[in-house]
Amino acid sequence: MFFLVPTLIVLKISLSQTVIAQPPYTPTLDLTAGWQGLRDFFAALSLDNYRALGADSLYVISYLRSLVIGALSTLILLLVGYPIAYGIARLPRRLQPVLVMAVFLPFLTAFLIRIYAWINILQREGLLNDALMALGVIREPLVWLSTDTAIVIGIVYSYLPFMVLPLYASLEKMDETLLEAAADLGCPAWKAFWLITLPLSASGVLAGALLCFIPIAGEFVIPDLLGGSNSLMIGQTLWLEFFQNRDWPVASAVAIALLLILLLPILLYQHLQLRALGDR
Amino acid sequence: MLSRLPGAFSVAGMAEGNPNDRGTAGARALVRFEAVSKRFGGFVAVDDLSLNIYEGEFFALLGPSGCGKTTLLRMLAGFERPSEGRILLDGEDITDMPPHRRPINMMFQSYALFPHLTVAGNVEFGLKQDGLPAADRKARVEEMLALVKLEGFGDRRPQQLSGGQRQRVALARALAKRPRVFLLDEPLAALDRKLREETRFELMALQEKLGLTFVVVTHDQEEAMTVADRIGVMNAGRLVQVGPPAELYEQPNSRWVAGFIGDVNLIEGRVASSEAGSTVIESVAGGRMRVAQRVEAPSRATVCAALRPEKIQIELTQPSNSDENCFAGRVVDIGYLGGTSLYKVRLDNGQEMRAAVANRSRAIETAIHVDDRVWLSFAPEAVVVLP
Repeated sequence: MFFLVPTLIVLKISLSQTVIAQPPYTPTLDLTAGWQGLRDFFAALSLDNYRALGADSLYVISYLRSLVIGALSTLILLLVGYPIAYGIARLPRRLQPVLVMAVFLPFLTAFLIRIYAWINILQREGLLNDALMALGVIREPLVWLSTDTAIVIGIVYSYLPFMVLPLYASLEKMDETLLEAAADLGCPAWKAFWLITLPLSASGVLAGALLCFIPIAGEFVIPDLLGGSNSLMIGQTLWLEFFQNRDWPVASAVAIALLLILLLPILLYQHLQLRALGDR
Repeated sequence: MLSRLPGAFSVAGMAEGNPNDRGTAGARALVRFEAVSKRFGGFVAVDDLSLNIYEGEFFALLGPSGCGKTTLLRMLAGFERPSEGRILLDGEDITDMPPHRRPINMMFQSYALFPHLTVAGNVEFGLKQDGLPAADRKARVEEMLALVKLEGFGDRRPQQLSGGQRQRVALARALAKRPRVFLLDEPLAALDRKLREETRFELMALQEKLGLTFVVVTHDQEEAMTVADRIGVMNAGRLVQVGPPAELYEQPNSRWVAGFIGDVNLIEGRVASSEAGSTVIESVAGGRMRVAQRVEAPSRATVCAALRPEKIQIELTQPSNSDENCFAGRVVDIGYLGGTSLYKVRLDNGQEMRAAVANRSRAIETAIHVDDRVWLSFAPEAVVVLP
């Protein structure tokens, strides 16, 4: 109940109209007006805001961008995170907690400061360009900031622990004698990875992917700081609607629409978690 | 082998040649371990071990925990590389061959069934690696499931099976490839007693039926004695005696083996006289022993004799021929085991001996109680002088 109330409030606001007033939307719920007040209240609610979302291509492009960047980032996170998780899981038992901690350690520092650090690295006179020129890979400094590449880099960096941890959890659980059994039955090591390790870590892969994709789609800070202003992710669009346009109802509609789009992945994730609990 | 040290001797009837091995003359050695050692850091798990395993036999590696038997098995399977020495299969050096190329399959102690595959998927896994076409795989899987009495279980998952059923799947999976050597790592350890006995006989029947060479690792001597054609007893990385179960039991080559396999009474003594076919020993236990074997040792040399408890007769009255092969003492404890009774007797010289008597009638015939004075007697053939 406690978690549901804010969502219900946002839902209600999304069905309202914007006015220049305090609060900046109508109708407001007046419990003293009795039954008539309640009926007036529900009559004034409408789906106008949702129609506006569909009509303006700005929003549609924003949603699509968010989903594409979300999917791309999740894929890169998978490709980067799986070897890390696998490497940690294969180490001797006593070293594993140390390395898992190391993956998490950056989280102990402020998130914003770490993103600003990336601005430092990715800017024209930044560390990345310096390093690449020193190695002779490029001669002129490249533009990294205010690009989609920078957004993806920032996202992958920030969400890596969320991918590594579920992957590590499922890889660590795997019985290593299964690999010995596979070898005993004639399966070389590389093949055993595809036939045994990967399928058995599938639940970890799915859990990590969903745990990353769902929040990434709604990301605001990283695209705002590292990305350009020409094309926005949905998180930025929402912020602008709320703070610049002061259009709470439309902003709320954006939020609810995002929730509905992500409903399928969210439910899938819940289902996986429940099944994991059941298996234990 | 004769030793030049004073006090040592050889016992006629013991194997000449390689003290580690005595196989059936003329049979082909399928597996040969040649001076194999395995070290883990500073710890020596297997120490300069040489062993032949012959085709078609059921061989058991027996020993206490930590003696190196599992390490030896794993080296044969290919999961560990020997620090020194060679392993040969049918004359071919497989020391450096990775496990997936060896025609050897293993049944793991934890079964190691693939949880994401069905029973049929598990059993055909090895066949798939061999590139067998689907129709042949299906036929072989059905054949193997029938062999282990799990027909119809093909579509189930390992999680849905009981422990005994999982073991049979592991068995079917490993045997599906018809390996040259089949390895079993403590196969009966996880089973309860009844199931253990049944599975023991099933394994023996299977081995005879398929004619394969089985190598089983176990710490349970009863298991080894039941199933094996030959047993290799290991201690601290070394092979201490190899031979058929009866030979290990009746002719142990050391105190350690005598004590490890079954229960034994060890009696020290000095050789009084020795002639063809028998020797007289003056025992410390305070009596003369006539042993039905020729002990070649100088007179007055110290020897140790082994006498198994079931070969002792226990009486409340002094037997007529009590000056030879007869000890007197007092019963200090009686263990009732249902089928047998185990009497612990303290002899007059303080030494304790154990005698096991089958309970032939419901009321114990001789009605021996604690604190009774008893006489223990035995035949000359019952005693073995240890080398």
